[in-house]
Amino acid sequence: MSIIRRSLTSLLIALACLVSVPAMAQEDPGKALLVNLAEAPSSRVEEAINAIVDSGDERARGWLEAYGNNRLSRIKDTGQVVLVLNNRGRDWEIADPLTGENLGEMSRRKLDRVAINNAIRGKLEGIMAMLDLNAADPDVREASARDMMGKVDAALVAPLEARLEKEESAAVRDRIEAALAIYRVEQGDIEAVEVLAGSLHSRARAALNNAAASDNSQLAEAANKALASIEQKLKLNKAAETLYFGLSMGSVLVLAAIGLAITFGVMGVINMAHGELIMLGAYTTWGVQQLLPGQPGLALLLSIPAGFLVAAIAGIIIERSVIQHLKGRPLETLLATFGISLILQQLVRTVISPQNRTVVTPEWMSGSLVINDALSLTLNRLYVMAFALIVFAALMMIMRRTRLGLDVRAVTQNRAMARSMGIKATKVDILTFALGSGVAGLAGVALSQLTNVGPNLGQNYIIDSFMVVVFGGVGNLWGTLIAGLSLGTINQLLEPWAGAVLAKIIVLVFIILFIQKRPKGLFPQKGRAAEN
Amino acid sequence: MSIKKHVKVGLSALALSVSMHSVAAEDPIKVGILHSLSGTMAISETVLKDTVEMLIEQQNEKGGVLGRELEAVVVDPASDWPLFAEKARELLAQEEVDVIFGNWTSVSRKSVLPVVEELNGLLFYPVQYEGEESSENVFYTGAAPNQQAIPAVNYLKDEIGVERWVLAGTDYVYPRTTNKILETYLKDQGVADEDIMVNYTPFGHSDWQNIVSDIKSFGSAGKKTAVVSTINGDANVPFYRELGNQGISASDIPVVAFSVGEQELSGIDTGPLVGHLAAWNYFMSVDTDANWDFIDAWIDYKGDDTVVTNDPMEAHYIGFNMYIEAVKKAGTTDVDEVKDAIIGVSVPNLTGGYATMMPNHHITKPVLIGEIQDNGQFSVVWETPSTVAGDAWSDFLPGSRDMIADWRKPMFCGTFNTATGSCGASSGEMAAEAE
Repeated sequence: MSIIRRSLTSLLIALACLVSVPAMAQEDPGKALLVNLAEAPSSRVEEAINAIVDSGDERARGWLEAYGNNRLSRIKDTGQVVLVLNNRGRDWEIADPLTGENLGEMSRRKLDRVAINNAIRGKLEGIMAMLDLNAADPDVREASARDMMGKVDAALVAPLEARLEKEESAAVRDRIEAALAIYRVEQGDIEAVEVLAGSLHSRARAALNNAAASDNSQLAEAANKALASIEQKLKLNKAAETLYFGLSMGSVLVLAAIGLAITFGVMGVINMAHGELIMLGAYTTWGVQQLLPGQPGLALLLSIPAGFLVAAIAGIIIERSVIQHLKGRPLETLLATFGISLILQQLVRTVISPQNRTVVTPEWMSGSLVINDALSLTLNRLYVMAFALIVFAALMMIMRRTRLGLDVRAVTQNRAMARSMGIKATKVDILTFALGSGVAGLAGVALSQLTNVGPNLGQNYIIDSFMVVVFGGVGNLWGTLIAGLSLGTINQLLEPWAGAVLAKIIVLVFIILFIQKRPKGLFPQKGRAAEN
Repeated sequence: MSIKKHVKVGLSALALSVSMHSVAAEDPIKVGILHSLSGTMAISETVLKDTVEMLIEQQNEKGGVLGRELEAVVVDPASDWPLFAEKARELLAQEEVDVIFGNWTSVSRKSVLPVVEELNGLLFYPVQYEGEESSENVFYTGAAPNQQAIPAVNYLKDEIGVERWVLAGTDYVYPRTTNKILETYLKDQGVADEDIMVNYTPFGHSDWQNIVSDIKSFGSAGKKTAVVSTINGDANVPFYRELGNQGISASDIPVVAFSVGEQELSGIDTGPLVGHLAAWNYFMSVDTDANWDFIDAWIDYKGDDTVVTNDPMEAHYIGFNMYIEAVKKAGTTDVDEVKDAIIGVSVPNLTGGYATMMPNHHITKPVLIGEIQDNGQFSVVWETPSTVAGDAWSDFLPGSRDMIADWRKPMFCGTFNTATGSCGASSGEMAAEAE
């Protein structure tokens, strides 16, 4: 979204500069090109695009990009082609693609979109990548050469070969050669198979697979050999990928469960509204983003303290109003907090909306970190993983090294004794519950980047959270970490062959059996604290 | 003495009730609305409640129908399937509504079916569903599989050249039935077993890493691959997010979804989804005057510039107008006469054509394929040359191949088996039995 907006603005600035120089009376040739594109029936669109590219107009790239992004429209009455700057709401902001002049807002009812579909968009991507191959920045060239993989057709071969002659960067050369090789393998060229032998790119593999299935036995044999060499590498990458998936799912589980590990594990309160505290954190993220439009990154960072505070305050209210009156009555606590969870859900539905809210992912969190063509780590999950570890480390610090942590441990181990030593048990209760709730809020901030922000968000995590805490051993933060990560990994290992539904069931059965054998979980508490 | 008194009281009461009855003719027509306003389905169903209320308001401005006003009776079944049946009973037995607009999930419809049949009510059901049903008392204004799934697959096969298929769905009755139909259909078309991958996930699934990665490697076998998604509601957001993050673009592996509409997209940043597809019978972006008027009215009704319209809303629009036309045609709101009158009724839809109620209680609809745009709207890239009539019993399932439904006399049966020439149990009885 913001990329589009930025490129549109830069296009407009470029246009404005261009216009100020040749203020000639003649008709702008661009106008005819655009109208031609807008009027072309689907069979002639390619021709119209090529005409724009061949015109050598500096504005061509911007026009094509706008076209690819569905941003070219025609005014129904006048037939004028315009650039749509903002296509949300009832009235759309439009501009003149020739001069860059802002034409103000127009009802969407009066505009007719210049049609595009996936087939054309695919070709357009190839053409634009070709234009980008002339960029000065080698990284841009490499990215566009990678985009060319599998998109090369007869028309692009000659210009690509010409580019290869001039290209200085080895990385870009490799990419272009691979892109050309894919085309040649498709045409039945055996020598080109060699070039693709080590490539992990899925398009290269697709081309080889096709070649392996072809009637030409020599070609098929060469392709099979190349595929065999790829297969080995792929297996390794696949294993690494599964491990990453497992750890990332595990860190989500840890984040969701760690607040519960404090309220349930340390304090012994069965808080069924834990999921809704997570939800509050996620809604806080949405709220902060609403307050800071256009700065999703900053808003996300600010939501970390804000989400913590909101959930912590909600936690204090729940503790003071309900839980403190039900001390030592786990069944009543369970029912009461379950009621609170329903109240909170419906409150969000009534006050905000039953619909999911859009939380924007900042640019630095979207996409993936490319290790090689077969292995890339999705960035949002990488950040969540790091965040989970930081939260965990911070909690350990608090519990081990601060006065609060000492008080909490004292009160949970022996309440009467701690009180007689002068610790205000009630105050410690409030602070502990606030801490656990706040951490749930932090989980919500992180989850807003992975899943829906809606009234049902919390329900999806409450069972998993209890599962992790119980499996890890109640009252043990390390147990929660290990349990979360291992359950995530087991789940992801099972998923490819068992399917998502069965994998979940198997994990549950496993936990039930495990708890039968070791009722206190992975890391049971030892010593005197364990007895009660 | 006292007996006389009693008789007197009884007589006057009788007289009173008779005079009441003649007034009752001028009473409003009661329209029951049976959509969840709380619980998990509130996300989808609240807008439908608002839609019907808006339509009632518009109709009353036009002077109602048969000189009578319309009045909405709203209940909240709270996304709780058994409660749907109770609330339906409340609407029909206590409130004595003339017609019900309601339900979203198939399981809630199955729960309501026996009640509507028992109390002889009218139910308009606005959501695309798996078919295999035709009840005397239910009108299906959403799409049957042949009005959504099959044409979408044809588009991918013929226009895009897809040869390898991933059928991904949430694990419940609608995706399972639809995928079974599609699998049979694809195999009939000569697609090999190894070119079909079927995958089910639980409700609200949020961790899609492995599945998306599987789809990616399934798609690198050389043949053009597409994903046919019957993934339900909430699970779609993380699914599409994962697709975007793992770099699967629509030009590599397009995803065509049957449950993702404008409403669902309004909860996501659609930037990375541009080009992925959805098959519906209506899109908000359809450029007709009727549609723009409907959207403007909806925006005014909600008082919010950014609200969206979607396919089930159009279905309610059609269903509501069909009901009004049928009541006019029958000259009464009597259930049996309306049921008779409504077959063959044609009303304009919002995409520039007409919808007709067929004898099997399904309607004719155009099928549109749209590509997702960056503003959460769809742009139509393909549509069927003419409208398609809904098929209650799929031709691609072994048990239902021979079944037809025709609610005209003399056949008057929703489960007529052409092989045996006999009429089976009603859909309500079957649903009651399944429970």
